[in-house]
Amino acid sequence: MKASALVAAGALLLTACGTNKTESGGTAGGGNANCDTSKGTLVVGVIAPLSGELSALGLGIKNSADLAVREANDKCAVPGYKIALDAQDDQKNPQQGAQAATKLSQDDNLLGVVGTLNSSVSLAVAPILSQNKIVQVSPANTSDSLTKGEDLNAPKRQFPTYFRTCTVDSLQGPFAADFLVGEQSKKKIAIVTDGLTYGEGLAAEFAKKAEALGAQIVTRQKIGEKDTDFSSVIAAIKPSAPDALYFGGQYPQAGPMSKQLKDAGLDIPVMGGDGIFDDKFMSLGGKDGDYATSVGAPTDSLESAKTFIEAYNKAGFQDGYSAYGAFSYDATNAIIGAAVTTINGGEWSTDKREDLVASVAKYNAQGATGAITFDEFGDSTNKVLTVYSVSGGEWVPAKTGTYEG
Amino acid sequence: MTTLLQQIANGIALGATIGLIALGYTMVYGIIQLINFAHGEVFMVGAFGGLAVHRWLLPEAWQGDWYISLPLMIVGGVVVAVTIALIMERFAYRPLRNAPRLAPLITALGVSIVLQEAIRIWFPNAESAQAYPKAFIDAQVDLGPVSISASKLLIIVVSVALSVGLQLYVTKSRMGRAMRATAQDRDTARLMGVNPDRVIVLTFLIGAALAGVAGVLYGVDITNVDNAIGFQNGIFAFTAAVLGGIGSLRGAVIGAFIIGLIKTLGGQYMPGGTQYDYVWIFVVLIFVLVFRPQGLFGEAERVRA
Repeated sequence: MKASALVAAGALLLTACGTNKTESGGTAGGGNANCDTSKGTLVVGVIAPLSGELSALGLGIKNSADLAVREANDKCAVPGYKIALDAQDDQKNPQQGAQAATKLSQDDNLLGVVGTLNSSVSLAVAPILSQNKIVQVSPANTSDSLTKGEDLNAPKRQFPTYFRTCTVDSLQGPFAADFLVGEQSKKKIAIVTDGLTYGEGLAAEFAKKAEALGAQIVTRQKIGEKDTDFSSVIAAIKPSAPDALYFGGQYPQAGPMSKQLKDAGLDIPVMGGDGIFDDKFMSLGGKDGDYATSVGAPTDSLESAKTFIEAYNKAGFQDGYSAYGAFSYDATNAIIGAAVTTINGGEWSTDKREDLVASVAKYNAQGATGAITFDEFGDSTNKVLTVYSVSGGEWVPAKTGTYEG
Repeated sequence: MTTLLQQIANGIALGATIGLIALGYTMVYGIIQLINFAHGEVFMVGAFGGLAVHRWLLPEAWQGDWYISLPLMIVGGVVVAVTIALIMERFAYRPLRNAPRLAPLITALGVSIVLQEAIRIWFPNAESAQAYPKAFIDAQVDLGPVSISASKLLIIVVSVALSVGLQLYVTKSRMGRAMRATAQDRDTARLMGVNPDRVIVLTFLIGAALAGVAGVLYGVDITNVDNAIGFQNGIFAFTAAVLGGIGSLRGAVIGAFIIGLIKTLGGQYMPGGTQYDYVWIFVVLIFVLVFRPQGLFGEAERVRA
C-alpha cells in the first residue's frame, strides 16, 4: 500500500518534470532529485533545423537528444553534475549553423554538440568546433568529405573532433544502385540533383555503381534549390525515356517532382536517399512505388530500438522521432558516456575537452541503432542500410542489408 | 520537335503566372515610382488565402467539385491579397509618399520579410511546404504532340483574359483615365479633380487581386505551396516588368512570356542545361537594358519640370 503510493508520487513527480521541460524547450534540468548535482550543470548542444521546411527532421533530432539527456539525469549518469540541453536552430543554413556553433562554444560547460542535419551546414560548423576542441557527433550528415576529404582514394581525416552515427553517401548511393539496377532491373536511369553537397554526392556515388552494374544514365539534370515547377526539367527528361529517376536532394522537391512526372505521362519510380525518406514526401506528391534508402535498419524493427521508441512515445513530444531520432539518441549518449569516462568523478574544465574527444573515439556501447563505435575517420562502423518503398501512402521497408562494397 | 513544342508550352504557362504578378509591379511603379518588392509576397499570401478557404471554410461536400471550390478559393485568395496590400499601402507606403525614393524601397523589402515570416509563424504548419488541393480537372490535355495539364491551360486562359481586361479598363474607363493622368503628373491630375489617394489605392487593389488569382491558380497547378514561392516568382515578375519596360502593362505581360520561354528553352538547349536556366534570363535582361534602358515597351524617362 505504502509502496504503491510512493510509486504514484514518483510518477507524478516525473510527469511534472516532463511537462516543465517541454515548456522550457528542454533546457531545464529536471530528472532525479536524488542525484548529486553539487558540481553544477554540463551542457549538450544541439544544432539542427528547428524551423523551416526540414524542421520535422530537426525536431526529431532535438527531441531524441533531449530524451537521452533526461534519461542520463534520471540515472545520475555523470556524478556530481546535472546535464542540460541547449538546442540551436540552424534553419538548414550554413551561416546560421556557424553562428550557433560560435555561440555554443562560448559556453565553458559545453561537453559537445549533437548535429547537424545537413552536410552543408556541418562544413561550416565543424571547423569552428574543431578549433575549440569541442567534440561533434552528427546523427545525419552523410557527405563523405566531412570525414575523409574530397579524394576518397586518399582519405585524410578532416576534423579530429568530428564523428557521426549514421552511414555515408559512398555506401548509400551504391546500395540504392544495387537495388534499383540489380534487383529491380532498371537499365535507363535519369538523374536529377539539387546542386547541394548532399544531393550531388549521393547522385555521383549512385551513378558510378549503376553504370558498373550495366545501367545507362540517360540524362542528368539540375534544379534550383527553391524550384517547385519542374515541367521544363521533365520535358527535357522525357525524350530519353528513362525507366527510373534517381533524385539527389530532399523531399520538398522530390515529392512534387514525383507527382509532376506522373502527370506528364512519365509514370516511373523516383528513388532518393535519406533526404526524401519522410512522410511529407507522400503528402507533397510522392507516389506508390517510389523508393528511398535510409541509414540503419528500420528503427521500429530493431530489437535495440524498442526501448528508445517506447521511451520517446512516453516522453510526450509533439513531433515524431523522424528519420534520425535514433541516431541522435545514440550520438547524445556517446557524448554523455564519453564525458563519464573523461571526468571520472573529478571536475569538468575546458582543458578536458581534448580527452573527451579521445573518449568518444574509443566509445563502444550498444545503442538504439546497434553497436556504436567509430573508425579512425570518425565514421560509424555501422554499415547497415535499408531501402524503403512507398506503398499505400506509407514507407514500407523493402530490403535491409549491410553494404560490403 | 516534340520537345521544342512541349518546352514552348511550358514556357507560356510559366509566363502566364509571372505575367499576372508582373502587372502589379508595373502598375504600382507607373503610378508612384515605387518598386514594390513585397508584391511577390502578396502573391504568396493569396495562395495561402485560397488554401485557408479550402481547409477551413469549404464544407466537405463541396471540396470535390472544383467548379464550386475553385471560384471560392480564388475569391478567398483575392480577398486576403487585397486586404494585405491595402494595409501595406496605408501603413507602410503612404506615410513615406513624399520621402526620398530609397525609403519606401527599403520599407518594401521589410514588408516582404514580415509577410514571409507571418505566414511561417501563424499559418498552421506552414514552416514547411503545404500540400495544395487540386481544385481543377486533374488531367493532361493533348494538343497534337504537346501534352499540358488542364490547370496550366487554365492559367494561360485566365492570365490572357485578365491582362486584356485590365488594358481595356485602363485605356477606356473613367478611373483608368484618372490612373493614367496620375501616372503622368500627380499634381496636375489633382488640379483636374482626380483624387490621387483613391487612384493609388485602386492601383494596389487591382495589382493585389491579380496576384491573388495567380497565387491560387499556381497552388492548384503545382499542388504545394510554401512561404518562399513569393520570392522566387516575384523576382521573375519584377524582371519581366523591367524587361518589358516598367510602367507599361503590355510590356509586363510580354516580358513575362519572354522570360517563361527563355527559362524553359534555355534549360533545354543552352549549355549547362536546367542548372543554368536562370542565367539566360538575366543575360537577356542585361542585353535589352544595354540597348534599350527603358525596356522593350517603356517610355524614356522624362525630366519633370
